Amino acid sequence: MGETPFLRMEEIVKTFPGVVANDRVNLEVRHGEIHALLGENGAGKSTLMNVLYGLYQPNGGRILLEGRPVAIHSPEEAIRLGIGMVHQHFMLVPPLTVTENVILGLPGARGILLDQAEARQRIQEIADSYGLEVDPDAPVGTLSVGVQQRVEIIKALYRGARLLILDEPTAVLTPQEIQGLFTVMRRLVADGRNAIVFISHKLDEVMAISDRVTVLRNGKDVATLETQATNKAELARLMVGREVLFRIEKPPAEPGPVVLEIQDLVVRDDRDVPAVRGLSLEVRRGEILGLAGVDGNGQRELAEAIAGLRIPEAGTIRIQGQDVTRMDAGDLLRFNLAYIPEDRQREGLVLDFTLSENFIAKRFRRPPFSVRGFLRHPAILDFARRLIRRFDVRAPGPEVEARKLSGGNQQKVVLARELSQEPDLIISAQATRGLDVGAAEFVEQQMLAQRARGAAVLYISNELEEIFNLSDRIAVIHRGEIMGVVRPDQVTPEELGLMMAGIRREGAPATESPAEPVSSNPGGHP
Amino acid sequence: MDMDALIGLLHATIRLTTPLLFAAIGGLYNERAGVINIALEGKMLLGALVGFMVAFSSGNPWLGVLAAAASGALVALLFAYVTITLGADQIVSAVAINLMMLGFTGVVFRLMKAANSGSLSAPTFQEWTIPGLAQIPVLGPVLFRHLPLVYLAFLLVPLAHFIFYRTTWGLSIRAVGEHPRAADTLGVKVRTVRYLTVLWGGAMAAIGGAVLSIGHNSTFIENMTAGRGFIAFSAIVFGKWTPLGTMLASLLFGFADALQLRIQAGILEPLFRNLGIQEVAYQIPVMLPYVVTLVALFFIGKSHWPAAAAIHYDREEG
Repeated sequence: MGETPFLRMEEIVKTFPGVVANDRVNLEVRHGEIHALLGENGAGKSTLMNVLYGLYQPNGGRILLEGRPVAIHSPEEAIRLGIGMVHQHFMLVPPLTVTENVILGLPGARGILLDQAEARQRIQEIADSYGLEVDPDAPVGTLSVGVQQRVEIIKALYRGARLLILDEPTAVLTPQEIQGLFTVMRRLVADGRNAIVFISHKLDEVMAISDRVTVLRNGKDVATLETQATNKAELARLMVGREVLFRIEKPPAEPGPVVLEIQDLVVRDDRDVPAVRGLSLEVRRGEILGLAGVDGNGQRELAEAIAGLRIPEAGTIRIQGQDVTRMDAGDLLRFNLAYIPEDRQREGLVLDFTLSENFIAKRFRRPPFSVRGFLRHPAILDFARRLIRRFDVRAPGPEVEARKLSGGNQQKVVLARELSQEPDLIISAQATRGLDVGAAEFVEQQMLAQRARGAAVLYISNELEEIFNLSDRIAVIHRGEIMGVVRPDQVTPEELGLMMAGIRREGAPATESPAEPVSSNPGGHP
Repeated sequence: MDMDALIGLLHATIRLTTPLLFAAIGGLYNERAGVINIALEGKMLLGALVGFMVAFSSGNPWLGVLAAAASGALVALLFAYVTITLGADQIVSAVAINLMMLGFTGVVFRLMKAANSGSLSAPTFQEWTIPGLAQIPVLGPVLFRHLPLVYLAFLLVPLAHFIFYRTTWGLSIRAVGEHPRAADTLGVKVRTVRYLTVLWGGAMAAIGGAVLSIGHNSTFIENMTAGRGFIAFSAIVFGKWTPLGTMLASLLFGFADALQLRIQAGILEPLFRNLGIQEVAYQIPVMLPYVVTLVALFFIGKSHWPAAAAIHYDREEG
């Protein structure tokens, strides 16, 4: 195989109406290498890979596979060429079993008849040789995201993939699962025949796993570097185009009285299974309580119960000492609660409404926005313009639909609506999910500003780095229970990872009720 | 009710289920592939007319059935093009087809009546009595003395089950209906799957219509489907998108139809007399199948539509 690279993408151009997503991008991947594709959201990483996988047709450029020019018009052709892709949003059909998902689209060994027995055996072989443990008969919808990801990798390998594209594969995993994935990745390229393109915007991971890294910014490739010959700071600068601060400056917290108090809370999820199981915690004025945990461990149900969108089965929720357990979102308006939901597009915004309509969604019934049932447009527009300026929303104007904005700007609209009311309590769920470094930084700064103003913040996230940066205390949730509450300076990410995996922290000093030292020392934080 | 009346009722249930079953089992294919088909009604109506016309002019009812299937597939092709290729709304397009077919079949039939002064009576099918099986007491006369199309309709049920759960085609169909993008990334041709299932569903619905005109009757009547296409659609929902469930739901609606015919014929008259009711307007029993449909859908509870139902798929969109 020698000098010929496995893959060369030359001068790839892909435009969408009004956007140049890839602007003459070059990428070279060698046999046996893990090649990181690094860039912020919207830098064009996924577009480039969708071109390679035949989902998008490029407007220019060419693709060479082992030296031969190839035209890839469909995923089918990509698969035939030995290219496999694990998408960021899994391409799995939830009601189908693992085996059915794996063999979907393949011609059967017995004509049109499904041969599940043989498929099951081959899945088992692949699983065994790369350490991808999975039950072939389980419906995919019942599996955890980590296992679903294994199914995606098996799916690609089953089809004979030698060049594997992993699109942001770590976003949904615990630290331990990430280590497991990395082990699998190294095994996959060990014999020098295969290669992996690893798409990411997380610098630590790129440094840890890749052999070389290509950085994309605004649709252009800005550099390809040997990972060993670079460092985080250089990569960050290349990726963002300016110097980036890794640590957020944060004055010590000055926690006041308890604002949110939850006791023995039980909440059922949509399938009517208890998702929050006897959970207790409290958040004080002027502090950020980070809630760490792997997605799907009851965070959503907890947030919805507090926000009045889901009625708890048992336990109590108190805000400012008042029992609000069975109140709905409308009743909670008077408690001045801000809620930043996990899914900004479906719950945080009405995408087909304009920005100004979204801004007043919580307050349109009151003056100055409406008088005797009639909307007052001058007041609404004036308010919208002020929020757009204050929260730096990049939008053509207040009358544009929320749908037209990028993810980061959509989140700014949600923040603007929720935070401009100067809330006493903020429930924030995965507020930086899918945001690029700049937008995420903005969200974090806003949270700190709210804390300084005296708000109590419950900050739910499965990004550990962020939890460490922001939190004054960290609570870890696993299967709807709190595994422990710790201070960020008294715990390592590995310890937190174990708690996220369900191992309760015993005996360590940080597990004792964290409220104690504060209440005995009301003047300030030691 | 004596034994003969019961056998008659059950026999009629099977008979009246047949047109529904063709339409429902056929429609199940495109529903599972994510195409909602409330145009079953229009396709049935067209099939009833075309089946009758071809059987009438050729003298062969089988030719009528084949022509009906072809006409149903043709309209389905139009529906598929508008919805799958052009991305038009499936519900609105189907409503247009239903309205168009109601008018079109009415006009054509009137023209045909004007051109033929004599009787408009098509040759019909003969019952096939299955030797041996038909002799079984009760079950024999209920199940094994029917038109050939009746057997065909019920054979479609295990066929559909086999295709859905035992073949690669069925796996593709189910995947396309749940997550077309996932299927696409694996090389399943989403549009082809949707086109083929829509064509098949259209052909089957039209045969269901032909059962009415040249199976149960020997002529066409304007709007002779009278909502059966919508009942078939409901049978799919009530049957939770499985072949067996769809068949059971169709049987329930067929039973309601058979029962109402008997109520019209007066089987409940002694009861009414005892209650002091002189006369029951025939419109009241006629409502029965529709009322049963409503009640059934009321009690079905939460239904799990195929996740991509009625959603247009375009590879380069998000």
